[in-house]
Amino acid sequence: MKRFIGFIKKEFYHIFRDRRSLFILFGMPIAQIMLFGFAITNEINNVDIAILDKSKDATTKEIVNKISSSKYFSNREAIENEAEIASVFKKGKIKAILIFENDFNKKLIKEQRATIQIITDATDPNTANTISNFINSILQKYQQEINKDIKIVYQIIPQTQMAYNAELKSVFMFVPGVMTIILMLVSAMMTSISITKEKELGTMEILLVSPIRPFQVIIGKVFPYIFLSVINAIVIIVLSIFIFKMPVRGSLFLLGAESILFIINALSLGILISTISETQQTAMMISLMGLMLPVILLSGFIFPIASMPLPLQVISNVIPAKWFIIILKGIMLKGIGITLVWKETLILLGMTVFFIALSIKKYKIRLE
Amino acid sequence: MSIKIEHISKSFEDVTALKDISFEVNEGELFGLIGPDGAGKTTLFRILTTLLIADNGSATVAGYDAVNNYKDIRNHVGYMPGRFSLYQDLTVEENLEFFATIFGTTIEENYDLIKDIYVQIEPFKKRRAGKLSGGMKQKLALSCALIHKPKVLFLDEPTTGVDPVSRKEFWEMLKRLQQKGITILVSTPYMDEAALCDRIALIQDGKILEIDTPQEIVKHYPKKIYDIKADKMYELILSLNTYEHNHSVYPFGEFVHYTDQRDDFNPTELIQFLEDKGLENISIQPTEVTIEDTFMELAR
Repeated sequence: MKRFIGFIKKEFYHIFRDRRSLFILFGMPIAQIMLFGFAITNEINNVDIAILDKSKDATTKEIVNKISSSKYFSNREAIENEAEIASVFKKGKIKAILIFENDFNKKLIKEQRATIQIITDATDPNTANTISNFINSILQKYQQEINKDIKIVYQIIPQTQMAYNAELKSVFMFVPGVMTIILMLVSAMMTSISITKEKELGTMEILLVSPIRPFQVIIGKVFPYIFLSVINAIVIIVLSIFIFKMPVRGSLFLLGAESILFIINALSLGILISTISETQQTAMMISLMGLMLPVILLSGFIFPIASMPLPLQVISNVIPAKWFIIILKGIMLKGIGITLVWKETLILLGMTVFFIALSIKKYKIRLE
Repeated sequence: MSIKIEHISKSFEDVTALKDISFEVNEGELFGLIGPDGAGKTTLFRILTTLLIADNGSATVAGYDAVNNYKDIRNHVGYMPGRFSLYQDLTVEENLEFFATIFGTTIEENYDLIKDIYVQIEPFKKRRAGKLSGGMKQKLALSCALIHKPKVLFLDEPTTGVDPVSRKEFWEMLKRLQQKGITILVSTPYMDEAALCDRIALIQDGKILEIDTPQEIVKHYPKKIYDIKADKMYELILSLNTYEHNHSVYPFGEFVHYTDQRDDFNPTELIQFLEDKGLENISIQPTEVTIEDTFMELAR
C-alpha cells in the first residue's frame, strides 16, 4: 500500500509540473464547453430577414410586424424588386427573404387566398430549415387569428410540442457531447501518454526491475486520472447548469456513477493504446485519430445515427461514447432512472471489462 | 556463486547479439564486461535483469532462475541502465524517495550504504534531476539503484559520458560498495577501467574472447610491444603497415603500438626502414602490455 501511495504521489508531481498537461486537463474542458455553448450553435436568434412587399397594405404590414416582433427575427431591409434578391443573399447577412404578392389584402378577401414566398439561404441547410419552420408557424398562428370568427367545417390543427427541449436549445445537445469528448480525451489520451512516456524515457525499464508489479504500475497511473476526470465532469456539469441553464432532471448520483463508469472505460482504452505504442507521439496520434474522430463523428453527438448509412450505424455500436451520450441525455434531459438505461450501462460495463482484460493480456512484463 | 551464465544465446530479427556465452561471477566480486559498442553487453544485462528472455541457455542471479524466478530477482538486484533513466521532472530527493518507497524501504534505513555517494549530491537535493550535470546524474542513479541494499548490482556503462574526475570517483565508490559484500557486474567500453576490476570478460560481437584477472590477461599477451613515435603520425602508420615483418600496428595515445612477427626483432633495422620512407625523429621503445593491447590482439 505504501508503494502504491508513493507511486501515486509521483504521478501527481508529473501532472502538476507539466504545464501542457495541466492545460489539457483543465483549460480545455472549460474552453470547449464555452465554445460549444456560445459560439457553435444552430439556434435561431435575431436572424436578419428582408421583406419584398409588393402590395404594402394593412395585412402585409401586420404580418411583417408579427414576424419581426418575435425574438427570432429582425427585419433589416426592405427591397423593391426580385432583381435585388441575389445581391442581398450574396452579402451574407440576410438569411431569409419574404415576398408578398401584389394586392395581397385584396386577393385574400376576394379570393380567400394570397401567397407569401419564403426564400432562405440554404448554404447552412439546418438553419435554413429551422428558419422556414419558424416563419411557417408564425404565419399559421396569424391565420388562425383572422379565421377565429369563421366556422370551418373540417379542420386539422397540428399541435407540435418539442418535448425535453422546448426552445430547441443546441446547448442541450452539445453538453452531453462535449462532456463525452473531454472525458474520453483526458482519460484515454493522458493515460496512454503518461505510460508511454515511461517507456520512452527508459524509466519503465527500472520499474520493471523492481518489486512493483505491472498491474500496480497501471493502477497507479490510472488512479490520478480517475480523480482528475471526475473533477472535470463536475466542472462541466456545474458550468452547464449555471451558465447554460441545462437541466439535470434525473438523479445526480446516477449521473455521477455513469460518468465514473465511462471514465474507467476510457482509461482502459488508454492503457490498451499504451500497450501497442512505443512513443508518446504514437500514443497521441492513436488517441486522437482512433478515439476522437469516432467520438465526434459516429457517436450521434453531431450527426444523428439514425440518418447514417447502415454500415456506419453498425460501427457506431462499438463506440462507447454512443452509449454514454444516450445515457447522459436520458438522465439530464428526460430524467429517467437506471431502469431505462440499464441496457446501455451494461454495454459500457462489458466493453470496460473487455478492454481491461485485453490490456492485461497485452501488457508486457519484459521489454519484448 | 552470485551470477551463473550457461550457454546463453540471443538473436534479434537480423542480428545475433549473443553467441553461446558462459561465465560465472563469484559472490562479492567486482566483475567487468569489457567491449566496444554493439558487443552485446546491454543485451546480456537485460537477460540477467529479467528484461529479456534468452533464446538458448540459462542464467541464475543470486540463486534465482532468470526466467522462472524473475520476481525474486527483481526484488534483490539493483539495475542502472546505460541511459539516464530517472524522472527528470522530480528533484534529487523525490527520485531517491520514490525508489526507496517502491522497494519497500526508506532512505533512512539504508542511508549508510549510499552515504558516501549521496553526500556529494545532497547540496542539490531540491534540484530537478534533469538539471544535474552528467557526473551528478550518475551518482543519483547509483544511489537509486542501491537504496534497497541489493545483493547484486548491474551497472551498464555507468561512466559513459562522464568526465574523468567523476569517473575516477565513481570507481572508488564501486570499490567501497564491493567491500560491503555487494556483487557488482559492470560494463564499460573504457579499457583503462578494466584494470580496476577483480576479473574481466572481454566481449566482442556477442562472443567472450577471454575471462581472467586483468593481470593474467595482460600476461597472456604473446608478443613484445613497442611504442613508436615520429614527426608525422599518419605517414608513420602507413609506412609501418607496408613493413613486411609487422604483426600489428595501431595508434595508442601519442604513440603507435607495434608488434613484430619475429622473436628476434631489431629496432635499428626498423628505424632504417622508416628513415628511408622519409620520416624523422623516430623513437622506438619497448612498453608495458595493456588490456587494450590484449583486446586488439584477441579481436584480430
